[in-house]
Amino acid sequence: MAKYTIEVNGKSREVDVAPDTPLLWVLRDELNLVGTKYGCGVAQCGACTIHLDGEAVRSCVLPISSIANKKVITIEGLSENGDHPVQKAWDEVDVAQCGYCQAGQVMAAAALLKKNPNPSDEEIASSMTNICRCGTYVRIRQAVHMAAEKGGTLWKG
Amino acid sequence: MERLNVTRRNFLKVSSLLGGGMLIGFPMVSKSEAASNAVFSPNAYLKIGADNTFTLIAPNPEIGQGVKTSLPMIMAEELDLDWKKVKVEQAGFDPELYGRQVAGGSGSVRSRWQEARTAGATARALLVAAAAKTWGVDVTECHTEAGFVHHKKSGKKLSYGELAETAATMPIPENVPLKDPKDFKIIGTRVKNIDNDNILTGKPLFGIDTKRPGMYYAVVARPPAFGKKLKSFDDTESLKMQGVHKVVKWENIVAVLANSTWNAKKGRDALKLEWEDDSPLESTADHEKILKSFLDKRSDSPARNDGDALKFLENGGEIVEGTYEAPILPHATLEPMNFFADVREGKAELYGPTQTPASTRGQVSKALDIPEENVTVGLSRMGGGFGRRLMADYSLEAAMISAAAKAPVLMVWMREDDMQAGFYRPMGKYKYRATLNDKKELEAWHLTAAGLNNQRTSIPNSFPAGAVSNFRIDNHNKESNISTAPWRAPNHNFIAFAEQSFLDEIAHKAGKDPIQLQLELLAKAKNNPGGKVDYDIDRYENVIKELAKLSGWKNNNGANGIYQGFAAHYSFSTYVAQVAEVSIKDGKPKVHKVYCVVDCGQVVNLSGAENQIEGGIVDALGHALYGEITFDKGVVQQNNFNRYKLMQLQDAPMEIITRFVRNEHDPTGLGEPGFPPAHPAVCNALFAATGKRIRKLPISHTDFKA
Repeated sequence: MAKYTIEVNGKSREVDVAPDTPLLWVLRDELNLVGTKYGCGVAQCGACTIHLDGEAVRSCVLPISSIANKKVITIEGLSENGDHPVQKAWDEVDVAQCGYCQAGQVMAAAALLKKNPNPSDEEIASSMTNICRCGTYVRIRQAVHMAAEKGGTLWKG
Repeated sequence: MERLNVTRRNFLKVSSLLGGGMLIGFPMVSKSEAASNAVFSPNAYLKIGADNTFTLIAPNPEIGQGVKTSLPMIMAEELDLDWKKVKVEQAGFDPELYGRQVAGGSGSVRSRWQEARTAGATARALLVAAAAKTWGVDVTECHTEAGFVHHKKSGKKLSYGELAETAATMPIPENVPLKDPKDFKIIGTRVKNIDNDNILTGKPLFGIDTKRPGMYYAVVARPPAFGKKLKSFDDTESLKMQGVHKVVKWENIVAVLANSTWNAKKGRDALKLEWEDDSPLESTADHEKILKSFLDKRSDSPARNDGDALKFLENGGEIVEGTYEAPILPHATLEPMNFFADVREGKAELYGPTQTPASTRGQVSKALDIPEENVTVGLSRMGGGFGRRLMADYSLEAAMISAAAKAPVLMVWMREDDMQAGFYRPMGKYKYRATLNDKKELEAWHLTAAGLNNQRTSIPNSFPAGAVSNFRIDNHNKESNISTAPWRAPNHNFIAFAEQSFLDEIAHKAGKDPIQLQLELLAKAKNNPGGKVDYDIDRYENVIKELAKLSGWKNNNGANGIYQGFAAHYSFSTYVAQVAEVSIKDGKPKVHKVYCVVDCGQVVNLSGAENQIEGGIVDALGHALYGEITFDKGVVQQNNFNRYKLMQLQDAPMEIITRFVRNEHDPTGLGEPGFPPAHPAVCNALFAATGKRIRKLPISHTDFKA
């Protein structure tokens, strides 16, 4: 076991875990942030997507020992009141069926829009690679466009 | 289940809530009970707060099919509630209160439609009676709106919250009239998923999110192949590992309990395990051979035998023939199998994702010899079901681990466990032969179906049964030790592909338009039926005709390199017809658009209904493109998503256009019926585009470059 101090959702958090522990399990089991989901453990499904220094990454293959000073944002910290334009668009389009993958989808979309505020269908397709087993992809695409439209200046920050 | 033997009066339960308000239990009378008029069982609850807020209890498990939203909508409609003020709570498993709590067979709304409406309407009548009594007026002078009872003449109004206490003392009315569907304000509208806020902010909702004081995480070692059992194990290294608390064995599994999922997994991986053969180690190649060997054999008792199909086939004529092949598929719910269990002192508390809590309770009660009343099962939201969670293997496993460890545990399967220890969609092979007469009419139809662990590989009364005078089905089954189970739209999920593709083949052979051929067959089934049919011919015809209009069938076929394919299927009492538009780019199929017409009777939640159809189509497309599980000596060859490809957004259609037929039939199934026609619609379109007939799924076996 080793002690690590990481910044999660703007707060400094100390954990005592094995160095190879993936960030996913630190978030879920140690910090009680269960919005980040386990789906495959091999960085394929994207249910564990978080932001690391603003980049969408798959936390299931990210050892805690590799985080250092990088800032971690999870679905719980994406916005204070659940009103990030992507969250709002996801609600407006009523994307979710079972909902299990959607936190990861939202995180992937928020990171995409920050880099590319008005992505084309092709750009959405190439960067949104998270798996939705319920098959809500048509609505996900719509919601990304809606967030892009309504997000306004938020992405420029 | 024992029924509560109570009178009408005392099953209307009323109790005070903290801070005022009332809790009212509604009479929900089943048909048999109504007939006997003596025994009743209450099975749904509404809580009315003094502040006029309403909490409706969602009785059925939620797997993404939307019943946590749609069932409360039905009650809210008849109650005349303001939906914005409705809160929904998920019921725990309590069959005496809530009746049949199952997520399966696309049956939640179908089975609860009348009772939920009656419950809502009865409660509304009580509230109106309470208001009339309070004002000293006749009930006919009162009406309800958005949680209030109004008296038009005097302009008075009272909220349901204010009336709840009096309402509970009113005699329960008999035969309360239900709303005329044209007066629906909530049913048929777009209502958002009731859990959207929680889902989108990452609140704990799913079984895997469970936290309890003193809880351990458990990760399990299980047989590496079907046919293997545990011979011995050595946990010395595991117990030395950080965070590992205990190792317990039950039957053929060894569970490692630890203070985190990761430490439990590492402990599990450090176990030294010895396995031995218990039964034959089967491979996909063996299954292929055995099922193929059945395809020219007759069974002693055909599943259906109208006229004499074999005679027509022997006598020649124009014969069309095709063998369709379905691979094994995993459910691959994105939330892997998991369950919380706390078994101590003769009691078991279980919580987690299950489509059939009754099986969990029954099996845990039996295995641990604990009376059923001492086994509780809480229902979490589920990260997908698709039939996998109709099985209680994993919830039982969690209970046995907790019992052995004498500690509360959250047992979580790693993805590899989930893929290896599945209950798969069985493999099937379907050989079709048909004859056409001189007028190019379908004269005889013969299906020989062979399946793995599937006594009912085919569906005897499925279209075109009834439309062909000589119609025979022979079924064959091979028992396997690879466990199988229902999988979204069981049997339909492949039968539709085979039947509807074969009909497309026949249409091309006969030089007929595929839609026209099916309409002709339906006309034949109506005017000159060849035996029993399960489907309503007019409704079937109607969805096809509407679809032809919606999709611009034929006019659009081939324009700009985009080709159309048609298919229709009847399942779970719902009629679905689809046209898929595809093209081939760089040798790769691309589905651009899917048109879909659905007759599922009354739509409850339009947004949820469209989502189910869209999801069913996308799910079907993904599995058609890539889905296949193979075994080598009992070992699954695709044990994670890097080897088993699930569809991503890039393969999804750009647009799915869904129309629901408006009628006043009661609601029928919706979670499954959107799936079956999508395979054949896409494959028939690919045939239109390339001339290649896809008879073996997944489509990835077909080379479109050649």
